Amino acid sequence: MNLSVNFCGVNFPNPTVLASGYLGVTGSSMANCINHGCGGVTAKSLFMEERLGHPNPTVLTYPGGMINAIGLCGEGIKKAGHEFELYAKQCPDNPLIGSVAGHSIKDIVECAEIMDSYPVDLIELNFSCPNVEDEMGRPIACDPIMTENATREVRKITKKPISIKLSPNVPNIGMIAKHAEEAGADAITAINTVGPGMLIDIYMRRPILANKVGGIGGQGIKPIAVRCVYDIYKNVKIPIIATGGIINGRDAIEMLMAGGSLLGIGSALTYHDMKAFEMITKKIHNFMEEEGFEDISELVGLAHNS
Amino acid sequence: MLSPKIIDIKEDYPGFKTYTLRHSLRAKPGQFVMVWMPGVDEVPMSIGWQTDTEFKMGIANAGDCTKAIHEKIKVGDRLGIRGPFGKGFKLREGDKKIVVIGGGYGTPPLLNLAQEAVKKGIEVLAIIGARTADMLIYEEEFKKLGCEVMVSTDDGSKGCNGFCTNVMEEALKNHKVDSVYTCGPEVMMVKVAEMAKDNDVNCEVSLERYMKCGFGICGQCCMDDTGIRVCKDGPVLDGVEALRLPEFGKYHRSSSGVRVE
Repeated sequence: MNLSVNFCGVNFPNPTVLASGYLGVTGSSMANCINHGCGGVTAKSLFMEERLGHPNPTVLTYPGGMINAIGLCGEGIKKAGHEFELYAKQCPDNPLIGSVAGHSIKDIVECAEIMDSYPVDLIELNFSCPNVEDEMGRPIACDPIMTENATREVRKITKKPISIKLSPNVPNIGMIAKHAEEAGADAITAINTVGPGMLIDIYMRRPILANKVGGIGGQGIKPIAVRCVYDIYKNVKIPIIATGGIINGRDAIEMLMAGGSLLGIGSALTYHDMKAFEMITKKIHNFMEEEGFEDISELVGLAHNS
Repeated sequence: MLSPKIIDIKEDYPGFKTYTLRHSLRAKPGQFVMVWMPGVDEVPMSIGWQTDTEFKMGIANAGDCTKAIHEKIKVGDRLGIRGPFGKGFKLREGDKKIVVIGGGYGTPPLLNLAQEAVKKGIEVLAIIGARTADMLIYEEEFKKLGCEVMVSTDDGSKGCNGFCTNVMEEALKNHKVDSVYTCGPEVMMVKVAEMAKDNDVNCEVSLERYMKCGFGICGQCCMDDTGIRVCKDGPVLDGVEALRLPEFGKYHRSSSGVRVE
C-alpha cells in the first residue's frame, strides 16, 4: 500500500504537512514535528522585514474552534536562512515549504527571490495580508486579477514549485484558483482562516484579542474548507494542499475525497497534540486497507465521481 | 478566558506583589497560567499557592504588562486568566527529602510545590536567594508549612553572603537529598542542574520563554535543538534534559523569533 505523495515532483513520505503558522518558527521545532510522524513542514510566513506581531492575547480557543491574530510576527526573510538550513540538514527526506508574504507584489517577489536561495522544496505564497497597493487594502487573494499578476511575477524569478495559499473569504475561490493556475502556479493551498471574527469577554466588557479581530480556524471551519477544496479541484488541474479544520483521520479522508493531495495539519494539534500526524496517517492507512485502496492517489477527488 | 476577582494584594517589597484570586484553579505545582491585563498584554505567570477556592500569584514589576498590573489592579478588580497550562513538577514516589531552590522572583512555584510535598509527608528544605534581605520572598510562608529554610543574599545583608548555589552545595554535603527543584535566573538553574547531576541527584528546572498560545501550537517558545515547547513539554524539565539544550542559560527568542543573548 502506498501513502507517499509525489507533489509537484517532490516526494512526501506521507500526506500530512505541518500547516503554516503552526510550530514553524524554528528549524528544530519543525524537525520535532517530523520526529512525531509528520510528512513535511511549512514554515511560518516571512516578510522582508522583522515583525514583532501583535501583543497578546493573540491565540484563543473556544468551543468548536480557534481565533488568532498573531500579526504575522517573524524575524524577516534575511535572518531566517539558518533555521531552514538547520531543518534541511536534520530532515533531508521530509520536504520543506517556505511561506512568503508581503504588503505588495514587489515585496512578495523580493521575499520569494531570497526564499528561492534557501533549501526549500516548494514556495508557498501567502496572499492573505492586506495589500497596500489596493485602494481598499484588500488582500491579493481576494481578487482574481491581483492573484494572477502576483503569481506571474513570482513565477518569473523561481524555478521551484509555487503554491498559492487562498482565502475562503471570497465568493469565487474556484475562479481565483483558475487565475493562479493560468499565471503559472504549480499548486494551490486552501484554505487560510475564515472571518475575521471576534470574541468579547463579558466581565472585561471588551474584545479579548489585542487586535480585536482575528482569523477563525479549527474544527468549525472544516465544512467551509471541504467545499473550497471541492470547488478548486473542479476548476484546476494543479494539485491542492488541503487545510482547514482537519482534526482527525476521518476529516483528512474527507479532504482527500474533496480533491486535496496533501493535508495541512494545524488545529488537530489542539486536540491530539503531536500524536496528530501519526494518528491521521494511520487512520488513512486503515481506511484504505478496509476499503480496498492500493494507492492514496485513488482517494484524491473521489467525491467528484458521484 | 476566565476573569476571576482579586481578593487580596500584598506588597512583599516595592516591585513585587502577591495577588490572591478567587478561583478553584486545580493546577499541578509548576504549571502556569496566561494572565491578561486588558489593553496591555498577556504574559505567562507561575502559581504560588493554591486552596480549593483561591490561588496566589507572585508578580514582579518586570515589564509593560506586570507594571500595568502593579499600577492599576486593585482588590475587587479582575484579571483575565487562561490555563493552567504545561507540565508541572513531579514529586517522586519514595522521596523522603527534597530541596527547593528559588532565585529572586522564581520562588513562587516552589512554594506551591512545597505545599504539595508537605501534604505528602515529604521533608522540604527551602533555599531562597535574593539580591538583598528586603527582596527575599516567602521565607515566612515556607516556615509556616514546616520547611527548613536557608537564605542567601548577593550583598550578604541576610543569611549566606553569595548565591543560593553555595548554600545548595553545603546542603548536599550535609543532608541525604532525593530531589532538587529550582526556578530562578537561568544561569543559576544551569549551576543547580550541573551540581545535581555531579552529585547524582534527581533535578527539575522551571523555564520561561516568550509565549503566545500557551498550549503548544504556535511554536514561539520552542527551544533548540530538540524543538521542545516550553509551554507544553515544559515549563518544568528534567535537569539533565535541560542541560543538553544548547540554548539553556545562553539565549532566548524575542516575539519576532530573533535570538537574544
